[in-house]
Amino acid sequence: MPAPAAKGAPGAGVPGKRVPAERGPAKHGPASGVSAEARRRRLIAAAFLLPALVLLGALVVHPIGYSLYRSFFDRSGSTFVGGDNYREILSDDTIRTALTNTALWVVLAPTTATALGLIFAVLTERVRWGTAFKLLVFMPMAISMLAAGIIFRLVYDHDPDRGVANAVWVGVHDTFAESSAFPKARPGRDSPLTDAGGGAFTTRDPVRAGTPVLLPLVGVAPEALPDGTRTAGTAGAEPGKVTGTVWQDFTRGGGGSSNVVDPTEQGFAGMRIEAVKDGKVVDTATARSDGTFTLSGKADGALLRLPAANFREAYSGVEWLGPSLVTPAVIGAYVWMWAGFAMVLIGAGLAAVPRELLEAARVDGANEWQVFRRITVPLLAPVLAVVLVTLVINVMKIFDLVFVIAPGAVQDDANVLALQLYRTSFGTDADPGLGSAIAVLLLVLVVPVMLVNIRRLRKEGSR
Amino acid sequence: MSRSDVTPDPAADGDGPGAAGPGADPQVAEPPTAEPPTAEPATAKPSHAGPPHATSSYATRFSAGLAAGALRVFLVVAALFWLLPTLGLLLSSFLSPTDLNNGGWWQVLTAPSRLTADNYERLLANDTITGSLLNTFAIAVPTTLLVLTLGAFAGYAFAWLEFPGRDWLFLLVVGLLVVPVQVALIPVSELFGAIGLFETTAGVVLFHTAFGLPFAVFLLRNFFAEIPRELLEAARLDGAGELRLFARVVLPLGGPAIASLGIFQFLWVWNDMLVALVFADSASPPVTVALQQQVRQFGNNIDVLAPGAFLSMMIPLVVFFAFQRQFVSGVMAGAIK
Repeated sequence: MPAPAAKGAPGAGVPGKRVPAERGPAKHGPASGVSAEARRRRLIAAAFLLPALVLLGALVVHPIGYSLYRSFFDRSGSTFVGGDNYREILSDDTIRTALTNTALWVVLAPTTATALGLIFAVLTERVRWGTAFKLLVFMPMAISMLAAGIIFRLVYDHDPDRGVANAVWVGVHDTFAESSAFPKARPGRDSPLTDAGGGAFTTRDPVRAGTPVLLPLVGVAPEALPDGTRTAGTAGAEPGKVTGTVWQDFTRGGGGSSNVVDPTEQGFAGMRIEAVKDGKVVDTATARSDGTFTLSGKADGALLRLPAANFREAYSGVEWLGPSLVTPAVIGAYVWMWAGFAMVLIGAGLAAVPRELLEAARVDGANEWQVFRRITVPLLAPVLAVVLVTLVINVMKIFDLVFVIAPGAVQDDANVLALQLYRTSFGTDADPGLGSAIAVLLLVLVVPVMLVNIRRLRKEGSR
Repeated sequence: MSRSDVTPDPAADGDGPGAAGPGADPQVAEPPTAEPPTAEPATAKPSHAGPPHATSSYATRFSAGLAAGALRVFLVVAALFWLLPTLGLLLSSFLSPTDLNNGGWWQVLTAPSRLTADNYERLLANDTITGSLLNTFAIAVPTTLLVLTLGAFAGYAFAWLEFPGRDWLFLLVVGLLVVPVQVALIPVSELFGAIGLFETTAGVVLFHTAFGLPFAVFLLRNFFAEIPRELLEAARLDGAGELRLFARVVLPLGGPAIASLGIFQFLWVWNDMLVALVFADSASPPVTVALQQQVRQFGNNIDVLAPGAFLSMMIPLVVFFAFQRQFVSGVMAGAIK
């Protein structure tokens, strides 16, 4: 028998799950105590430990103390300022934004990633290509936040011709609300058209059947005209009908006269025209490819209106990286990276759930949702807790993603604690005192988790 | 993927598939899908609902089939969400700057002939980027070796050597597991400034090593503690010294854990940006910092950023696909254990 008694309280605090406390280390001479042998052993232990402990002490433990100390001094480090730096954390607007954003992160990101991970883990068990799916979702864990940041910077690009998020969004939007061809068109000087409010234009005077109407507009870039546009034609007079031309009253290179259809000017193909009498639309027409149109006799005496739909700005999508959406957008990128982590951990937990239990419930008539809700989730609760805690700690320290995805102009709006710490501590306007105070705050936020860990290890050891 | 984020499990101890035990390791690494997917609702449900509801079995089967279809559609959509962002950058990296300005990368799906490797050629001819990849190696490889060596020594001491204060010292190390690197940025930059290590590769390596150690010590100590005591006893009786014991018995047995840890550590350092941003030599930055400087002009330099990001991802992805098992068990060891 070895002599475990050499170690004061046997086992108290010996961590590790399957190591019984009595399992002391080496063979001990029967006469233990501080013999030469024991001293030799201590020396060996010190030699094994020293390099690691020196590094940890100098670069991890010492900085904690130093940060705390430094946080009570001003920018230069020479004047003691008490709690001023901490008060500034609460009063400074930028830092306050960082605090609220970090809170938003902590609430949104871990829960979303865990929920998705749970759903994926449960569902992939049911399809044959589940492994491939898992591989795909887990893959982002291997790449750097910088690479993920660049990937999502491109996804979120505002230009629908570049960012896939807006391309899809605009595509969906335009299926329901078609954008117009003439967003910038407007009446020129001395035009018979006038602004009717709400983006529409209307003729100043009622139109007469048999007298061709001229509806001149300017302001559309020639290359922006719709395909199939031809040179504007002059509408012939037709008795009993209202005819006219709607066209770009502008000759390239100059030389055209206003309110006259000059030879090279282009028709506005597809422009919609409404005849309005007493506020009611009595007839509508669409301009042909040369800009001419024909309305029935009902339009006689009506005002012609070019409805606002013709001039609506092309929908350019959502500004994902604008001030209001940037934080949710970056959180989306984070979930993309970390849902795989949650999925794999939960999947491992799921593999340990006894199948018979699920089968028994199904036999008893429970449907899939009930089985999931009443059996699977409760059995997975410990794993879910681990995943959530891990992600919460991780999210509190989030830096790279925000730094890379948020464009410079909105970094104030996307600010989080770790980013603020970096910006305060380094760069041209560095304030190490305030930076240290933020560092201490960050540490204080993760300390509860540290305590939980230590307590758990203690408990395990004494079991 | 940040090693110092991984927290020892506060709740699920024994019941989760433990990751740190020598015996447990292979199972853990096994993706859970290895389980036969018997629980297919489409087939399982009707067979149980069987005899009494024989008449309604068509309806049941129909609705189950519908559910299975919806499930597939959902997973396909989710897969697209995960695939498209990376695919977008990948295709963009193979487009000329002109094509990049002329429309979205998805247009190349119908015109694959536009794909060109020019961006990569130009990038590989660019010394800043190739140099930065070498710098990343120069940081990641020594760090990984140092963490493994120092962590294994300390882990062994905590597991099998006797000295006063062993337990509280180990708890202290475990406590350091969650200390954010941000806390050390200012103090260590002042310290490094004083001893001439600021903005040197050696400084970055030391910093990463220090912050890699708590997890390494924690993981390896727990792994080593599972080695059967008789093995060590026998070797000691044969007169092996501690160093010999460590090298001949403990290290070989600890192979799986050391491999997981090494892969994890390597990727963590490879992917790091913050530490390098502060401590790395600005004249020879690692690839993350070199690319970050490019991000500031995002928009007109996608032909540099996209292939650059892919070059920087290449090593992690190769490591990931080659060592999936170790990678997954490393991740799990961090969280479950």
